[in-house]
Amino acid sequence: MSKVGIIGVGQSKFVRAYPGSIRELVFESFKEAMDDANMTTKNIDATVVCSAPEYDKQRSPSGVFAEYLGLNPQPTFYAESLCSSSTTGLRLAYSLVKSGLHDVVMVLGFQKMSEISAAESQERMGRGADIQWESPFGTMMPAYYAMFARGHMEKYGTTPDDLALVRIKASKYAVFNDRAMLRKELTMDAFKDPTNTIGNMLSSPLRVGDCCSNADGSSCLIVANEEKAKAFSKKPIWIKGLGSASAPVNMAGRDIFYSLPAATEAARQAYAMASVKPDDIDVAEVHDCFTIAEVMAYESLGFAKPGEGPALIRAKETYKEGKIPVNVDGGLLSKGHPIGATGGSQVRTIVLQLRGEAGDMQVKDPAIGLVHNVGGVGLYANVTILGRE
Amino acid sequence: MSKKEIDNRFSKFGTVSFTGITRINDFIGYLEQDKLMGTKCKKCGIHYFPPRADCYHSLDSDMEWFEVKGTGKLLSYSTLTFAPTGFTQDLPYTIAVLDYGDYKVFGRVDKAVPEKELSVGMEMKAVVQQLPNEHITYMFQKA
Repeated sequence: MSKVGIIGVGQSKFVRAYPGSIRELVFESFKEAMDDANMTTKNIDATVVCSAPEYDKQRSPSGVFAEYLGLNPQPTFYAESLCSSSTTGLRLAYSLVKSGLHDVVMVLGFQKMSEISAAESQERMGRGADIQWESPFGTMMPAYYAMFARGHMEKYGTTPDDLALVRIKASKYAVFNDRAMLRKELTMDAFKDPTNTIGNMLSSPLRVGDCCSNADGSSCLIVANEEKAKAFSKKPIWIKGLGSASAPVNMAGRDIFYSLPAATEAARQAYAMASVKPDDIDVAEVHDCFTIAEVMAYESLGFAKPGEGPALIRAKETYKEGKIPVNVDGGLLSKGHPIGATGGSQVRTIVLQLRGEAGDMQVKDPAIGLVHNVGGVGLYANVTILGRE
Repeated sequence: MSKKEIDNRFSKFGTVSFTGITRINDFIGYLEQDKLMGTKCKKCGIHYFPPRADCYHSLDSDMEWFEVKGTGKLLSYSTLTFAPTGFTQDLPYTIAVLDYGDYKVFGRVDKAVPEKELSVGMEMKAVVQQLPNEHITYMFQKA
């Protein structure tokens, strides 16, 4: 069986408001990935562009980017699954390469959220849920995840301080990540300090500090077949397992409020395809759009048994020196979450880790890494397992 | 003869409705008669809430209405202190899901019920609520 590799990764800085247009924003990650892969645009056979379209003023951005980046006349098209769009793009790229249709495919994720207010963005993000039956009640992503935080607390006794520990870990590592938006280390005192807004309730039981921030950013991955990967890259990172699943969009269609079954199913598929177990994973990036999401991810991915996610973070087992380092690049909580760029950023972090090029964030000699990227409230979930061999 | 009138009753649903035309517009007609209704597939008997015009199981569109009656168990809830555009005037408000056994209902809790009186597992009931500008919805009260 021929392998499919990732040979180029790029990410723009994630920032509150990018001082440029979306084509200029994607150029930043594109340039880094092309340099990384030692390629020219002639080598790229097709491009998959990924974002959540509710934020974009530009309709059909693929065409604009292909022209700006010199990728005509190759095919270019769009993939969307909310916050997991760019790992959905990676899944498509894998299929296009594995099928033999193309040798090299680029996955370009982006989002420029700064052109609308936070309240407008919550309204648009809320419309990623069921607009007919739920949006009329004034829903938003923090409130949906808050329902899962409540469910986890009720079932397992998880506390607000357990959740705060996830944010504290994220902030510690963002200090070392020059692409992260929020690079100040936080302590538990910040959550208790009445003058610090991160302790304010946003949607009970989630506090402001439990939530990631909107950001502008882009990410770029270059995916190649085995022959091209070996020809262009000294350290190709191979796609070993891909899992993908969905769940009912409407909360009335959900059976449980303490776990995201789509993520658990995507993990099962990815582990089976890669023939590895949770214990084999050396480093992971998980979708911590909210602190509770990271705790549920530990359990979906088998890093902890159901209900034991909080104990994992309390014991610091997901720190860099722990049993399974998670989000040691700052995660969405500290990097910021430019929806369509996020999955590609997570993949970039794992590729750099597996190559031993993660700098101050580097964990010790990892061979297998995992990316967990979720769209909506577990509406879409992609789990990707990458390896050095 | 005048043009055929467009049935866009669903545009009255909730604080801000994002849908105008749907084949289950009678849902709004029932709310106006003080009834919260779901649909049931006549062929296979699946109960749907929210109501659907079509059954994915029997691939049939012959549905009948049933009334959401009795009480449901509170599965989870959250009180928002920040709201999306269009909902700020309602703050603070609590969203919740009730489990009725055959189906579940998502909605808001009556503002008259303080959050501290809510607990997962408690029994609640759904009642129709009139909103300003002839909008209409339902909310959950203690059973």
